[in-house]
Amino acid sequence: MKHRTFFWFFFPTAAAMLLFIAFPIVSIVTQSVFTPHEAVLIETENCGPFGCTKETTIDQEATQAIREAQPMGRFVGTSIYTDRGHLAFAEIGEAWQTSAGLGDFFAKVYNLPFYKALAFTLTYTFVCTPFLIMLGFAIAVAVNSLHRRLKGLMIFFSLLPMIVTPLIGALVLSWMVDSRGVLGKFLSYLVNDPDLSVKASTPLMWVALIVYGIWSSAPFAFVVFYAGLQTVPQYTIESAQIDGATRWQQIRFVIIPHLAPLVTFVALIQLMDNFRVLEPILGFQAQAHAQSLSTFILSDQSGETRQLSSAAATSVLTIFGIAILLTPVLIRTWRDFNAKGH
Amino acid sequence: MSTSAAQRRPLPLQIGLWIFVGIWFMMAALPFFWTLWGSFKVELDFFSIADWTNALTGANTENTHGSSFTGAGYEGAFVENAFWSNMFNTAIVCLCVVSVSLTIGTLGGYALSRSGFKYVFWLLIIALMFRALPQITLVSGYLPIFFQWNIWGYLPTAIIVLVAINQPFTLWMLHSFFESIPKDLDEAAKVDGCTQFQAFRHVIIPVMWPGVITTGLFSFLLAYNDFVVTSLILNEANRTMVPQIAAFLGTTQTEGNVMFAVAAVVSATAPLFVLVMFFQRQIVSGLTAGAVKG
Repeated sequence: MKHRTFFWFFFPTAAAMLLFIAFPIVSIVTQSVFTPHEAVLIETENCGPFGCTKETTIDQEATQAIREAQPMGRFVGTSIYTDRGHLAFAEIGEAWQTSAGLGDFFAKVYNLPFYKALAFTLTYTFVCTPFLIMLGFAIAVAVNSLHRRLKGLMIFFSLLPMIVTPLIGALVLSWMVDSRGVLGKFLSYLVNDPDLSVKASTPLMWVALIVYGIWSSAPFAFVVFYAGLQTVPQYTIESAQIDGATRWQQIRFVIIPHLAPLVTFVALIQLMDNFRVLEPILGFQAQAHAQSLSTFILSDQSGETRQLSSAAATSVLTIFGIAILLTPVLIRTWRDFNAKGH
Repeated sequence: MSTSAAQRRPLPLQIGLWIFVGIWFMMAALPFFWTLWGSFKVELDFFSIADWTNALTGANTENTHGSSFTGAGYEGAFVENAFWSNMFNTAIVCLCVVSVSLTIGTLGGYALSRSGFKYVFWLLIIALMFRALPQITLVSGYLPIFFQWNIWGYLPTAIIVLVAINQPFTLWMLHSFFESIPKDLDEAAKVDGCTQFQAFRHVIIPVMWPGVITTGLFSFLLAYNDFVVTSLILNEANRTMVPQIAAFLGTTQTEGNVMFAVAAVVSATAPLFVLVMFFQRQIVSGLTAGAVKG
């Protein structure tokens, strides 16, 4: 295909992506280094028969003028990034100097809102991803051993947690683990503590969110691995059996190596998706116990005072996080691409 | 496949497999049936403080409404809170997103699969990176501009944004699908004197529907399940279903209000149920298409 023809075919989708994906990245970077102008204040002294009073008023005209002159706002450099709500360099420096030990230092850092959100996001991402891969693999092996009719039925029901709107899935589970809900009651019966409430305890809430994450994404891993299992060459399995491999050894030395590329694929997709965790926290109404980078941005965007500069700064930091997560994969793709000798 | 003696599983292993499959089945399906059943009860039964079996028998529902099933939650959601208008908005958004996204996505995906130049690789990698960006970070970029241009809050704005966010994934899927259509087809048409577009129009379009339908399903799911874009970009009058459900939760937890949310959740899940029922094969093949290729 000629470059010119390619251009016209590709133009609409490229325009959409440039305008609504590439441009917003530029937009958040600029927003994060500018902040809205403060109102211009004038102090006037009113002197009357009872003495003088000082009065501060907003100079509407001057404020308007400065806002029109510099519509981007005030240039503040990286000060939003380093303030207490984000990277908090000053606070960390202080904590480093005043803490008794490493534990104390980390406790202080953990109390800073950005690091709290980062801690949950990373925990969620790196706990959910391996567990959902393992669960998905186990389901795939188990379902693959079923009768043909049952397989279809199991695939149908297994798809549900993944297909359902994330907010709705989280709500459904959240209503069940509520202290008045059926799972909540069951849990408190199990540990024999009538006052047990998942939603009142931070560690339990984290566990519940991670369980939700595994529940909702394991089906994806399951479907991919199940499709992979259909392509395992039968003769390899048979020769392993002839060589006396046990069932476990067949899985360990034949099936898992065969599925290894799929594991990379699932891990890549799930790392990307789990890093943006947002809906489960809203669905479980767990904002008091767990904040992720996304909920952190959302609360800046939708609060009564929309703090767009702050949201933009956190967004830029989140994109940095994603970039760091993806770098190994991209390097690998680059190597493969070069190895192919294009 | 005949089962030889070597392949037959010992009984304990077979039982273990059955138990595991059974547990997963309960985990995957039970929450939805539980919520469906509970949506016809009053809040005191759905969240039963006294006795959990009330949620099954509906004792309090019977006291309040004279029957163990009630449509009060649905009435509250649909009549009092006009949830049908949110459903209508969702339908418009999904329809437009799917059609626009497929139209420009097919052209782009086709071009990517038929151009042998090196930039195709880079375009696909850029699309992958775009796919990795959390949508909420992009919304941060839109908000001040949408406010300034006064286009915040309207359905078309959300539709365009969703179409754009959808493109990277659509391109990847359609690219790998068009790769599987032999290039000889359109080459032959071009030898016969067609332009590239005519070849696409008369040769490729008639055979592309299986891949387009699969991709369309995923575009639909993205638009239908979206929370971030619709909740931050639409105003109250134009809300789709998912942000409206979130709004039900935000309003005070007066009695009955939670049941509105439960009824709304069930109503929003039902179409997805039907979708999976009819398109299970396409969904499975779509999920694996990217994986098997990569």
